[in-house]
Amino acid sequence: MREIDSKIITETLSEMCIEANHYLTPDMEKALDNAEKSEISPLGKQVLGQLKENLRIAGSDTIPICQDTGMAVVFAEVGQDVHITGGTLTDAINEGVRKGYTEGFLRKSVVGDPLERVNTGDNTPAVIHYDIVPGDGLKLTLAPKGFGSENMSRIFMLKPAEGIEGVKNAVLTAVNDAGPNACPPMVVGVGIGGTFEKAALLSKKALLRPAGEHSDIPYVKELEEELLTRINKSGIGPGGLGGRITAMAVNVLTYPTHIAGLPVAVNICCHVNRHSVREL
Amino acid sequence: MDKKISMPLSKEDALSLNCGDYVYLTGTIYTARDAAHKRMYEALRKGEALPIDIKGQTIYYMGPSPAREGRPIGSAGPTTASRMDKYAPELLDLGLIGMIGKGKRTQEVKDAMIRNGAVYFAAVGGAGALLSKCIISSEVVAYDDLGTEAIRKLEVKDLPVIVVIDHTGKDLYIESQKQYREE
Repeated sequence: MREIDSKIITETLSEMCIEANHYLTPDMEKALDNAEKSEISPLGKQVLGQLKENLRIAGSDTIPICQDTGMAVVFAEVGQDVHITGGTLTDAINEGVRKGYTEGFLRKSVVGDPLERVNTGDNTPAVIHYDIVPGDGLKLTLAPKGFGSENMSRIFMLKPAEGIEGVKNAVLTAVNDAGPNACPPMVVGVGIGGTFEKAALLSKKALLRPAGEHSDIPYVKELEEELLTRINKSGIGPGGLGGRITAMAVNVLTYPTHIAGLPVAVNICCHVNRHSVREL
Repeated sequence: MDKKISMPLSKEDALSLNCGDYVYLTGTIYTARDAAHKRMYEALRKGEALPIDIKGQTIYYMGPSPAREGRPIGSAGPTTASRMDKYAPELLDLGLIGMIGKGKRTQEVKDAMIRNGAVYFAAVGGAGALLSKCIISSEVVAYDDLGTEAIRKLEVKDLPVIVVIDHTGKDLYIESQKQYREE
């Protein structure tokens, strides 16, 4: 049984919050470069140029890429041979978010109750998804999620008879309805199958896959490519101001489902598709 | 066409701006987003005065990240305007002349803009670091307890925005999507 001190988890999470909000992963930077090269709309190209300049300023001057530094979504893959010492894992993660958002001058965007709506003042609590995995490691993935795009995400409980065409229509409907509100160019995470909540979780996890990488399942890869092409024919464009680059990637994850169902969740992320990964 | 415009926005300038104009704003604007709008709405229901005189002013739908030492503000990009659609027509009827945000507006907002000769600008969503460089000063003027959602008075210099809906109700999002849509 390996022991991990909760203080190390807190420190690590805190650093991850600051890192993710100031630097995008290389795949996202590359996706923006490609988008700027491919865009034919002059205004669209200008918007993409501003987004690249924005990334440069964020890194060099330590200003968050976006003022919406998100609600902290944490995926924790906990080895079953790990024992956390000095407190609970959940407390350690929330303490890391508290520290990172306070010391990193990140925006506190969380209200303690969805209807009473009083800001918690430290961006906690995080939304934490735990997976128990073999081994004695602890893998933490932080994905701060902005709500401009989160608000445009959807779930569709399709009938099995609607099949793959139904899935395509669902994704295209969600993207079209999102339009300029979701800060395009977007990354689109799609979860197909499972149950109502499993599909939603898959769609969130799909956003973690690097832009430009595809599913290992041949038909899913084809689906991703077709959806990206069709989304980019929508005309929405960068900033919603018209153009050919509305999305930079469509990532699909699937899971077994019930004989009666075909859940499809579409989690839309803006171009600030942030994540930070650490293994302890 | 690129234009430089002084803020507060004059009635003449508001009427001269057309859907699709790329504009640099310099001068005074205010910030307010969800919670501040809700409070202003409740103040009006109770017959109370608004905490700022919005006549002839422009509201930037924005809640900044905290400023680091020596800086006026943190990251400062636009938030989705549609969440303010419930409140905007009444504020426009009270004299609000400009709004800066991102995303679609309802027909009710467009009607109020046409009625009052107002303009809706979009700033580039997710460019908060870049846009913060155009903000010279920031001062909380109301609802301090709301934190990032407080009402702030900003002095801006050459803040880059695009006229998305002009005083005739013409909507760049609709026009430009049609232009680039492929079947």
